[in-house]
Amino acid sequence: MEFNEDRPIFLQLADRLEEGILSGVYPEEGQVPSITEYSVTYKINPATALKGINLLVDAGLLYKKRGVGMFVTSGAREKLRGQRAERFFENFVESMVHEARQLGLTEEELVQLVKRGFDGDVD
Amino acid sequence: MSIELKNVTKRFGQVEALKDVSVTFAGGKMCGLLGNNGAGKSTLMSLVAGRIYPTAGEILIDGEPADSNRAQGKLFLMSEGNLFPEDMKVKTAMNLAGGFYPGYDKAEAEALTERFELNAKSKINKLSTGYGSIFKLVLALACNAPYLLLDEPVLGLDAQHREMFYKLLLEKYAANRCAVIFSTHLIYEAANLVEHAVVIRKGRILKDAPVEELTAGAYTVSGPAAAMDEYLLGRTVLSESGIGGLKTAAVEGEPGQVPTGLEITGLNLQDYFIALMEKEDRT
Repeated sequence: MEFNEDRPIFLQLADRLEEGILSGVYPEEGQVPSITEYSVTYKINPATALKGINLLVDAGLLYKKRGVGMFVTSGAREKLRGQRAERFFENFVESMVHEARQLGLTEEELVQLVKRGFDGDVD
Repeated sequence: MSIELKNVTKRFGQVEALKDVSVTFAGGKMCGLLGNNGAGKSTLMSLVAGRIYPTAGEILIDGEPADSNRAQGKLFLMSEGNLFPEDMKVKTAMNLAGGFYPGYDKAEAEALTERFELNAKSKINKLSTGYGSIFKLVLALACNAPYLLLDEPVLGLDAQHREMFYKLLLEKYAANRCAVIFSTHLIYEAANLVEHAVVIRKGRILKDAPVEELTAGAYTVSGPAAAMDEYLLGRTVLSESGIGGLKTAAVEGEPGQVPTGLEITGLNLQDYFIALMEKEDRT
């Protein structure tokens, strides 16, 4: 697995963990791999892995069971979906509406286009 | 817990290999020692390992002189040289290693020998470059020393064996919390492994900082030459290159206000190192 240079690795690892929780690879109340497993698998320093995991701990998405390991918090998936939906609005919907206005599309027309997307014009 | 060099100078005849070097390697950390050929990396490691002596200055390992028996029992240096008689068999050397390294685990060495498919019946001097490195890596990993000094550990190793080694090293590091000082020309491969980097050039320490700090403190910018020239004015440019009307530069510092048309990207440790060396070559 490759990391890119544009963002610190611990942030990229945190993203991957979040995606794992969203997709159900790491189910709620399920255990996630240890710092050492992340370190060895991704060939990164354990301090980097710890930093990435701690971001999720601080966000209340993971919790520690002393002497056992790290687990996904109940409700983590819903919490992440909420955060991602908010980000989706900021990153995509706002700019889409802005672009639509520039093109002179009405709300109706835009909704029709979104529907067309859902109907299978895009995958 | 640390390796401390205080104002260390090492001369070989007329050549000053290290010039008044002061640096501390913290215990339990993995540190990359980066430098071009002849920069002084191997000299520094050999001095720490007590194989050669400083012309001036002091080296302490956990507060004790580097050449004391107590200090030497705590570290393992893997370097180009080989401490065993050249015509000794691999297996014999592995049986003897316990006498030199108190934490040496012979069973572990045998298991690693098998994993790397190293021929234990071969004489040390009959091994290929790659297997010569593997032989020394097996000892380094099995000696369980609190300080591991690895001078070009992956020299001659193929991609698969390098991958195996990086993973084994991380496992060992997680289990023992040993300090690792690691020099390599394959900076790209080691960049994510090490937490800290010391850059050495012409016998002097140029940088001594966490990897993240070094790479976050520099960036690449590219765009039309005219706009670039204006943007780069007054900034610390590490290196510059151009093709056609397009210019690319590695810059140290914060990007600040970036004019439209210019693109900013990150810099990895290897690119940072190369750019830094180019800047030093110019000055």
